[in-house]
This record gives sequence, C-alpha cells and structure tokens, in this order.
Amino acid sequence: MSEFFRVAWHIVRKDMTVEIRSRELLFTTLLFAVSVVLVFSFAIVREGRAPDDVAAGILWVAISFAGTLAMGRTFERERYNDTLRALLLAPADRPAVYAGKLIGLLLLLGLVEIVLVPLVGLLFSAPIFSYPIMLITLLAAGTIGFAAVGTLFAAMLVRVRSRDTLLPVLLYPITIPVMIAGVRGTAALFQATPDEPMARFWIGLLIFWDAIFLTLALWTFEPVMTE
Amino acid sequence: MNRLTVVDVARHYGRRKALSQISFTCDAGEIVGLLGPNGAGKSTLLNVLATLVTPSRGSVQYGDRSASEGGAEIRGVIGMLGHDLFLYPELTARENLTFFAQLYGVTGVAGTVTAALDQAGLAERADDFVSSFSRGMRQRVALERALLHGPRLILLDEPFTGLDQASTAALIARLQERQQAGCLIILATHDLDVAEGLLSRAIYLKDGRMVGTDTESGGLADRYRRAIQ
Amino acid sequence: MRKLTTPFIGLSAGMLLVAPWIINAAPYESTMGLVQKVFYFHFPSAILFLTASVICGVHSFRFLFMKRQSADAWALSAAELGLLFGALTLVTGPLWARKAWGVWWVWDPRLTSSLLLFLIFASYLMLRKYGGPGSERLAAGMALFGMLNVPFIYVSVNVWRTLHPMTSVVPTLPTDMGIPLWFCFAAFTMLFLALLTLRATLELQRARVEALYLAEEEA
Repeated sequence: MSEFFRVAWHIVRKDMTVEIRSRELLFTTLLFAVSVVLVFSFAIVREGRAPDDVAAGILWVAISFAGTLAMGRTFERERYNDTLRALLLAPADRPAVYAGKLIGLLLLLGLVEIVLVPLVGLLFSAPIFSYPIMLITLLAAGTIGFAAVGTLFAAMLVRVRSRDTLLPVLLYPITIPVMIAGVRGTAALFQATPDEPMARFWIGLLIFWDAIFLTLALWTFEPVMTE
Repeated sequence: MNRLTVVDVARHYGRRKALSQISFTCDAGEIVGLLGPNGAGKSTLLNVLATLVTPSRGSVQYGDRSASEGGAEIRGVIGMLGHDLFLYPELTARENLTFFAQLYGVTGVAGTVTAALDQAGLAERADDFVSSFSRGMRQRVALERALLHGPRLILLDEPFTGLDQASTAALIARLQERQQAGCLIILATHDLDVAEGLLSRAIYLKDGRMVGTDTESGGLADRYRRAIQ
Repeated sequence: MRKLTTPFIGLSAGMLLVAPWIINAAPYESTMGLVQKVFYFHFPSAILFLTASVICGVHSFRFLFMKRQSADAWALSAAELGLLFGALTLVTGPLWARKAWGVWWVWDPRLTSSLLLFLIFASYLMLRKYGGPGSERLAAGMALFGMLNVPFIYVSVNVWRTLHPMTSVVPTLPTDMGIPLWFCFAAFTMLFLALLTLRATLELQRARVEALYLAEEEA
C-alpha cells in the first residue's frame, strides 16, 4: 500500500520538477481558463448585468475546458520519448502510475481554481466567502471526479491518432453528472439566500460518484493500458 | 531468473501478423540477437518479452513464472532500452536516474545513481539537461537507467543506432560485463558488423516468423543472408 | 438464440404490420388525444434503449476483465442497437412533446438522461471507429464508465428538473391501453433480440474469418 503511494508520489514530484522549470502548463492552462471566463461573460452579460446563476455555470465550464486541455498535455509529455512505457515497466502496481498523474493534475487544477474563483466572485459579485468550507469541498469533489475520469481517458488515448478530439468527445458526456452537481451546488451557495441543504445534497452525490468512479478507474487502468 | 522460454507466441493486429509461431529458449549468460529486416517484428517481440504487449497466442515463461501471472515481480527482473530512450529531456541526467531509481524501488538511491553516472562516464555532465546531450551520451544514460534495478533480463531495441565508434565500443563492453554477471541479454539490431563478435545466439526474423536460429560464431552476414532469403 | 432470429424477425415484422390497427382500436387518452399513441412505440424503444446499455456494459466487463474475446462482439452489437433505439426514442419523444407540451424539447430528467446516454453510445462507437488498433479494449473501458453512470445521470438530472410523466403511469394503465402497449413491446423486444444476435454473430464470424485467414498462412 505504501509502495503504491510512494510510486505515485515520485511521479508527482517528477512532474512538479519539470513543471516548475518551464511553468508552461500552469501558465497556459491558467490563461486559457481566464479567457474562457471572459469569453462566456461577454457572451452572456447584457446591459452590464449577468443573469442569475450564471457565475456558477461559467466557473465550472472554465474548469472543465481548462482541465481537458491540461490532461491532454500531461500525457503528451509522456509520449515524447515514450517514457510512458518506462513508467509502465516499473516493478510496481500500474494503477500507482495513474494515481501519480491524477494527483499532479489535481494540484494543477487546484492552482487554477484558486485564481478562477476570486475572478468569478469579482466579475459577478458572487459571495465566495459566505460558505468557504462548503465551496472548497464542492470544488474539490467536483474536480476530483472530473480529473479521475479524464486522467484515465487521456492515458488510454495516448497512442490513438485523433486523441485531441476524442478526449472531449469521450469525457464530457460521462462527466455531465459531475458538472450538474458542481454547477447546481455552487449556484445554491451563490444564491441571494443560499440553499445549504441543496448544496450538501450535491456534495454528497459528488463524493459518492467520486468514490465509485475513482475505484473503477484504478481497476481498469491496467487492463486498458496493456495492449 | 535463469531461463526464458517462449512457446508459440503470436501477435495479430486484425489481419496483420506482427508475430507468429515464435518459439525459443535462452539461458542466463547469453547475448541473443534478434536479426531481421524492417517490419520483421523485432520490436513487437521485445515488447511482448517486456510484458508491455500481450501475445494473441502462446506463452512466455520467465524462469518459473509465467507472464500471465504477471505483475510487478516479473517487471522487477526486466530492464528495457527502447528505441526512443525513455528519458525526460527537461530533467538533468542525475534527476532522470534518480527518478527512475526511486520509481523502480532501488535501495540506496544516491549511491546507485552516482555509480551509474560513473559507469556511463558522465559524472561531470550529471547536472546538465538531457536535451543538451548528444545521441551517444543520451544512449549511455538510457542504458544505465535500464540497469538501475539490477535486472536479469535486459532487452535492447536497436541500441547501436546513431552511435560513433567510441560509444559503440563502450556499449559492447557494458553488455559483455553484464553477460559475465549472469544476465540474459536480448537485443534487436540491423548492425551485423557490431553484432558479429557480440552474440552468442542469433534468431532470424522475417515477416513476423522465425526463419532460423543458430549459436555459431563468425560469418554472421552470410548466415543472415541465408536465413532471410 | 441464433435459431430464434428468423422466427423473431418474422413475428415482429408481422406484429408491427398489424400494430397500427391495434393501436387505433385503443381508446384515446383524456388530455392528449391522438398524439398520445406515439407512446406505444416510444415506451418500448426507451426500455430497449436502456437494456442495450446494460448489455453493452456487462459484455464490456466480461471482455476487459474476464478476457472473453467473444464478449466484445456482443458489446459492439448492443451499442449499435442502443444508438438505433436511442434515436427512435429521441425522435418519437419530441414528436409527442410538441403536441402535448407545446415544445420540441425540455430539459427534464428523462430526456436529458436519454440524450446523454445516446451521446455516450455515439462516443463509444466513435472511439471504436477512429481509435485505431486496440481500440476495442479502450472502448470497453469507456463503456464501463458510461453504463455505470446511468443511475447517476438519472438522479442528478431528476433533482435538476421535473416535467416528464412519472414511471408510475404504466402499471395503472387501463387494459384496453395495456394490450396495444404490451403487443408493441413484444414486437419491439423480439426485433431487438433478433438484431442483437444477428449483429453479434456477424462480428463473431468476421473474427473467425480473420482467425482462419491468419491460420491459413501458417499451414
């Protein structure tokens, strides 16, 4: 068990080392996420006012678009010198490779969200500080769900030719429940009179979804990655 | 692991037969060459032996463990040097080796890494990015990476590509040293001149099938031509 | 199953030919009138659509984890039929909705979940088509995620919206509506099973031809 986390941890550290040097992934993902927020805002805001509930939707759309981009890129790096094979050759449980990549992606998305949430709060006067713990839990649970499936699919598609278009095509329909839960839960917290029980319901659903799909991903990683 | 047994291994991709009816046995202390033209299936066979690809048919036995039981223990005895070298260009030589040593569960990481760098003759360039290395230097780091965890089965895919005389000689010396230490080495190559003095056994592949095997020495080019014709 | 395909196709073709008369004989529903009769085709299509997803999921599991090669043919067949019956459901539904509710589409639980499941089937088939060699395993993995998602899609969209008739409608149907419904249901189910078997058999035979082709060279 500790073997598993040790391997995952080394992969996370390696990715962080590479990333800290170039910061390419962080900056491009961040900028892309901010652009998405702005583009959607321009598209939806009318006469200087945004319709209600739009803040939550825009936030999660930005997270999912940016996340999909980042996922594709992290595995692109492993394709470059075929290092993914070297990772799969390690005498450790192969799901640990998946876990390492997932944790790296979560760290990246976490950083992106730290910028995105205040931005959305600013642009739409959303009360991001009224229920900080719940908001953080909601964001964490939603991001984990999205990233768990995305990391697996990105890994699966690493050798496929049309991987850039296939990743969103496969990922978005399956992660719709995560999006719905994330958006509705966030909207419930951002409302004029926040709906705590509703938010709690969505958080609960997300945690349940995460548990099931994370387990499924760990289980299917090895069979799906061996040719 | 003392013996590798391959029985009737085949690998199909739809109608394309990458490998068929591959059977051979080899023991520790041998250097086995997979020789054949492009597309003969050498890389595919190496991937099957590395447990990266499951054969459509047949079995591979590593000592007394079969590939299907598989898993981490078998991977622990295998070291592979792929054609694409398996190195991260954005990391230094030392960082690459350290990462893989940690990943592969090596004890005494720092010491092993230093020894590996010395072995590769790159101790002074240890903290330079791999992207700045020549092909020969990268090859040396990549080979040491594959050997970090002391594998008994060493698989190499076209290791002599793009190497100059000195690097080739160094590689040969390293492989022979490993052979003395009791490892089983299997390498795929086009380079018959280099393979000439190195191999203790040759397996000739053409269109995915074994068209011959021998353990003679000398006249490799002729034996190759005869087998592949 | 294979022996039954011909009688199934014959029977279901016959039944579907007769169906318009049987549906015509059924009483009109109080509020919606004639258009409600789309229900007799819509309901079986929807149920078989969901059944196809379960079949696809189960066979994907068997293919991926139990290494049963033949299961892949059934998974593919079920996915294609899922796409077909899903399309039927998503076409008959809005036709009904337009007359009954005044709009072609609403974002209610059933419709949205069905649309999502339809998209999941479509992306599965796209992966198989454009994924290159080895995409059967990838698609099987993806299918597991898709199918396991069905209850979640349903719950989440349910809490999100509510407009569709509740499930409880069917058991409370009066007999003269029940007969055409179960008649059509039987016809559709036989058609579904026959097509499923035929398609899977086609796939299995294709695999056998390839195996023979490969073996022939070795002889």
